[in-house]
Amino acid sequence: MKVGVVTFPGSLDDADARRAVRVAGHEAIALWHGDHDLQGVDAVLLPGGFSYGDYLRCGAIARFAPVMTEVVDAARGGMPVLGICNGFQILCESHLLPGALIRNDHRKFGCLDQTLTIENNTSAWTSSYAVGQQVTIVLKNGEGSFVADDKTLDMLEAEGRVIARYVGNPNGSQRAIAGITNEAGNVVGLMPHPEHAVEGLCGPGTDGLGFFTSLGSVLA
Amino acid sequence: MPDVRTHLDTVTAAEQDPDREQPWADLGLKADEYARIREILGRRPTSSELAMYSVMWSEHCSYKSTKVHLKQFSDIPQETPVGKMLAGIGENAGVLDVGQGYAVTFKVESHNHPSFVEPYQGAATGVGGIVRDILAMGARPVAVMDPLRFGPLDAPDTQRVLPGIVAGVGGYGNCLGLPNIGGEAVFDETYLGNPLVNALCVGVLRHEDLHLAKASGVGNQVILYGARTGGDGIGGVSVLASETFDANLDGQSGPAKRPSVQVGDPFMEKLLIECTLEIFAAGLVAGIQDLGGAGLSCATSELASAGDGGMHVELDRVPLRDSTLAPEEILMSESQERMMAVVEPGDVEAFMAICAKWDVEAVVVGEVTDGDRLLIDWHGECVVDVPPRSVAHDGPTYHRPFARPAWQDALQADGAESLPRPTTGAELRATVLRLAASPNLCDKSWITDQYDRYVQGNTVLAQPSDSGMIRIDDETNLGVAVSTDCNGRFAKLDPYAGAQLALAESYRNVATGGARPLAISDCLNFGSPEDPDVMWQFAEACRGLKDGCLELGIPVTGGNVSLYNQTGDTAILPTPVVAVLGVIEDVTQRTPTGFQAEGDRVFLLGETREELSGSEWAHVVHGHLGGLPPAVDLAAEQALAELLVEGVGLLTSAHDLSDGGLAQALVESALRHDIGVTLGVTGDAFVGLFSESAGRVVVTVAPADGDALGALATRYGVALTELGVTGGDSVTVEGQFDLPLVEARAVWSATLPATFA
Repeated sequence: MKVGVVTFPGSLDDADARRAVRVAGHEAIALWHGDHDLQGVDAVLLPGGFSYGDYLRCGAIARFAPVMTEVVDAARGGMPVLGICNGFQILCESHLLPGALIRNDHRKFGCLDQTLTIENNTSAWTSSYAVGQQVTIVLKNGEGSFVADDKTLDMLEAEGRVIARYVGNPNGSQRAIAGITNEAGNVVGLMPHPEHAVEGLCGPGTDGLGFFTSLGSVLA
Repeated sequence: MPDVRTHLDTVTAAEQDPDREQPWADLGLKADEYARIREILGRRPTSSELAMYSVMWSEHCSYKSTKVHLKQFSDIPQETPVGKMLAGIGENAGVLDVGQGYAVTFKVESHNHPSFVEPYQGAATGVGGIVRDILAMGARPVAVMDPLRFGPLDAPDTQRVLPGIVAGVGGYGNCLGLPNIGGEAVFDETYLGNPLVNALCVGVLRHEDLHLAKASGVGNQVILYGARTGGDGIGGVSVLASETFDANLDGQSGPAKRPSVQVGDPFMEKLLIECTLEIFAAGLVAGIQDLGGAGLSCATSELASAGDGGMHVELDRVPLRDSTLAPEEILMSESQERMMAVVEPGDVEAFMAICAKWDVEAVVVGEVTDGDRLLIDWHGECVVDVPPRSVAHDGPTYHRPFARPAWQDALQADGAESLPRPTTGAELRATVLRLAASPNLCDKSWITDQYDRYVQGNTVLAQPSDSGMIRIDDETNLGVAVSTDCNGRFAKLDPYAGAQLALAESYRNVATGGARPLAISDCLNFGSPEDPDVMWQFAEACRGLKDGCLELGIPVTGGNVSLYNQTGDTAILPTPVVAVLGVIEDVTQRTPTGFQAEGDRVFLLGETREELSGSEWAHVVHGHLGGLPPAVDLAAEQALAELLVEGVGLLTSAHDLSDGGLAQALVESALRHDIGVTLGVTGDAFVGLFSESAGRVVVTVAPADGDALGALATRYGVALTELGVTGGDSVTVEGQFDLPLVEARAVWSATLPATFA
């Protein structure tokens, strides 16, 4: 499968995401923020980083990048789209996902190995996992605290759209939410970084690989 | 816009008005230095020339007090245990061959004074500066590390500077996408008012991608690209880095120095990195230099001086953030995130296209000429006409007086060996806990968790491991390891031995992970060179490093000196931070830090002597500093390193013994994965647990591999002592005490959060 990874100015985990895509057995295609072109990919990944420096609200400028026109259209058409960290922030700013990510409650950047509980394995990016499975991947951000109004949170819970929850709550996220999906299950936003846990050598194990292999089972 | 030409001081004006009063003293120049500038030029300098000389002849840029001592590093053969150096001292950073067509460059630099004045921006731009140095060599930066020194943990000023410095290091490095893989955080009262912020960067390149800072080829275009030039950081190197702070600790009283600190934009730096690497890949650069300390003064004069011709610059073409800046200010500004490239005329269009792709502003500001002068015009009028070498390389040289301090003998006679010691098992246990909770030995994750250690996906080892290790090739698993170390207390007791102990520890830490040590970079942090005591410490440390590197067969690739680290008459502990870089052919074979499995056999490599002077025990328990530091045996260090490198695959874990001795090494090894240990300590249990003898590593092997380790130790002549076995949930010293890991973790991990939460 061809998985496009978008590079915005200030993207940092784009090369890591491409590596994870390859480790999972897919073909990684580098996409450029300034192109109105998805190069025929089957899925899109918006990687972590500080797009445009994130000096404004995180992801607020990236949503206006030329390539996002095509990404939003493709997402609405059912293409699997995964936003990790800054990518999650961009998906929220693009209104493909509800809610927002604000400053961590401890007011610091935090980088740690974080355990999550998978709560939904019907999305395009989580089918390799079992519901209730605990996975340990990397959490690293300054603005990773998920917030939404109660009505939205209740809806996400009722529709089973919380895909993963933190064990413990490292950043003050409402209801300890680490990741959510859209109604159709093709668009997923995830604050922690599964791409840093696909080979045991350079991360806390391989628990993150399932996010990328899930894609294969959906597309296959 | 005001017409700045009204007040412009041109070369013509300097000739017509030779006796004008000039503010050379306010710019940090001495009377004889000003006279020398007049002699070089045959007239008074223009105000722009004066600005350039003042920053380039500052202590920070010219090494005028230290170069007579630093030059001995060039006597060390310029080759590493595996190959030639591709670039050495004098370049932006040294470059080493690490095999498979790869080269690695690394360097450690200081940003001490700015970080005291404005902790966040000072530390942030320290990271930015060292990263550009590495980039300018043609390398992709792949990791950073930050050795930090602070005053006492409970001092109010530490509460001010530490959170800001840590947030600045993280804020800048995280935004660049560079993993922070190690470093140090050390507390001592002499750093109160003089925190040390050293920053290291490692970069990787292919041999053919090496770029040097020189402007050659008549007609080649000089391009300034990156951020616009603003009024920040004017005189940073001369006003901040080359003066002693007044004895005030708030950074507020006295004239405000904050405007001399630069302000960082890591996003621009990230664009600059990607843009520059793409320009390198396209082969569009004939010479390149980053803009750091002394800004355009440094870049133009160094590029021209290192080249084979002259340079002509039209300064009014420089893009400005503040249109009212005068030419003197533009030449002195240390605005960050700027680079200067020398490009063949036919390549300029392609160069500009890559800059445009990355939204990086780029302007042709001049060209290489066939003369031997650096000429700088401002709206058509010449404001600088100098021999570039006189600015960049022919600065003053001082033979500062130095002498062994009168107090040194008394200090060395006051050993810690006679201090009261714990004797019972209960007292030993309490001492282990007290040390584990002390600021220098406690868990540093409150600091390091603010740094991204995973980005780029190649981090094999990171803090709290003994060294940081980075994979540089996904296919072959080639990697490099780096460690930075220095025990300033040892250096105070004996600067020659102390510098060698810093070298030995860093060397050992790299080998502990399984990498072969290749070369060093150093950051020499000392007090005022105008104090003969301090100059003696500096001279002794340099001599120690040079002799040490000669004996170990590894070169000094470059480094940095930071002087005037003192408040009033109180200098910091002499702090020669040594960074050692090593190579490992297969990172999957690296030896991890910390016990990995229950039932492994635990051994001590190396000999323990009764060496407690300068130790963490003496510092924490008695507030004592005196005596002689641990003995240095570099031949033994070399043999130990050989064993550790060959032992990859056999050793299931390894951890260096340093601050806090065996006791602390055991606590850290056990807490890493919550695997305890039971051991016996022969002889005097206190000495066995708390001595800080050098050249020691605690290792584990699988139960069946004891004989193989024994054979290895025999082959390399390294003393081997079996201590015990891993397992359980406590550190148990037979016949002495039992310390549950949960109790050790509670005190070890509480110290920093309790202070800064």
